[in-house]
Amino acid sequence: MGINPELVGRVFPAGESYQVGREKIREFAHATKATSPAHFDVQAAQELGYSDVVAPPTFAIIIAQRADAQLIADPASGIDFSRVVHADQRFTHHRPIVAGDELVAELHVDQVREMGAGAMITTRAEIATVAGDKVATTISSLLVRAED
Amino acid sequence: MIEFESLEKGTAIGSHTVQVNRADLVRYAGASGDFNPIHWNERFAKEVELPSVIAHGMFTMGSVIDLVSQWVGNPGAIIDYQTRFTKPVVVEDPEGSNPSDFEGTSILVEGKVGALDSEKRTARIDLAVTANDSKVLLKCQAVVQL
Repeated sequence: MGINPELVGRVFPAGESYQVGREKIREFAHATKATSPAHFDVQAAQELGYSDVVAPPTFAIIIAQRADAQLIADPASGIDFSRVVHADQRFTHHRPIVAGDELVAELHVDQVREMGAGAMITTRAEIATVAGDKVATTISSLLVRAED
Repeated sequence: MIEFESLEKGTAIGSHTVQVNRADLVRYAGASGDFNPIHWNERFAKEVELPSVIAHGMFTMGSVIDLVSQWVGNPGAIIDYQTRFTKPVVVEDPEGSNPSDFEGTSILVEGKVGALDSEKRTARIDLAVTANDSKVLLKCQAVVQL
């Protein structure tokens, strides 16, 4: 129950691109209590060899969760967002995200399995620049808790 | 800068405590776009059988990694980062507390070198993360390119 098993293998093509802004990186770094100057100070980032401020290691969740939202909003998925619990998460960075990047995410449904009375869905967002260069791969597993 | 050759499996990289109150969760909701009410509305959280408002798993994961960013001196050197969310981090709002500066829940993070790959010159840092005396993240591992 809970999640349509026929979703496995589905690919949601990249939607509108995400423009990575310098202030958004600073805002996200502040909200995650990150303190590295490379998140805030352009010069500190440039001294490390980056063109602009560097996103924190979990920043890509913003882009991944936007991609997941397409799936959750799809009536065919059967997912009740209010019963979703984040079970696990992985980020693989092919290169760091920096301010000025314009990114797109293609979402893949890799697995759906029953977990007791609920179900677990694993999705993978392949994040790339609009020019097609790979930037990050994120893998998320969401547990959809059963109704009582 | 950390020298790869100076590291051994088991080497401690340090520890850090992250404080989280409800204002922090509102701030994280805004920054991340994750407005699930279980992270800011106590009535709703209890209606879905949670003990109270809980932190976003991604707040916890996102905040404890700063220990590694600081240690390596370059957050862009973290090429892989994963975790499993085991227990929710409950964030209370006690009677009489000031919501803006209440110290909130303490999340303790301790890191050590879990594995080294001399060919790729990477170190896997294993993070032990606890709050309210429970392990809240499991298999919390960051791979750093040195």
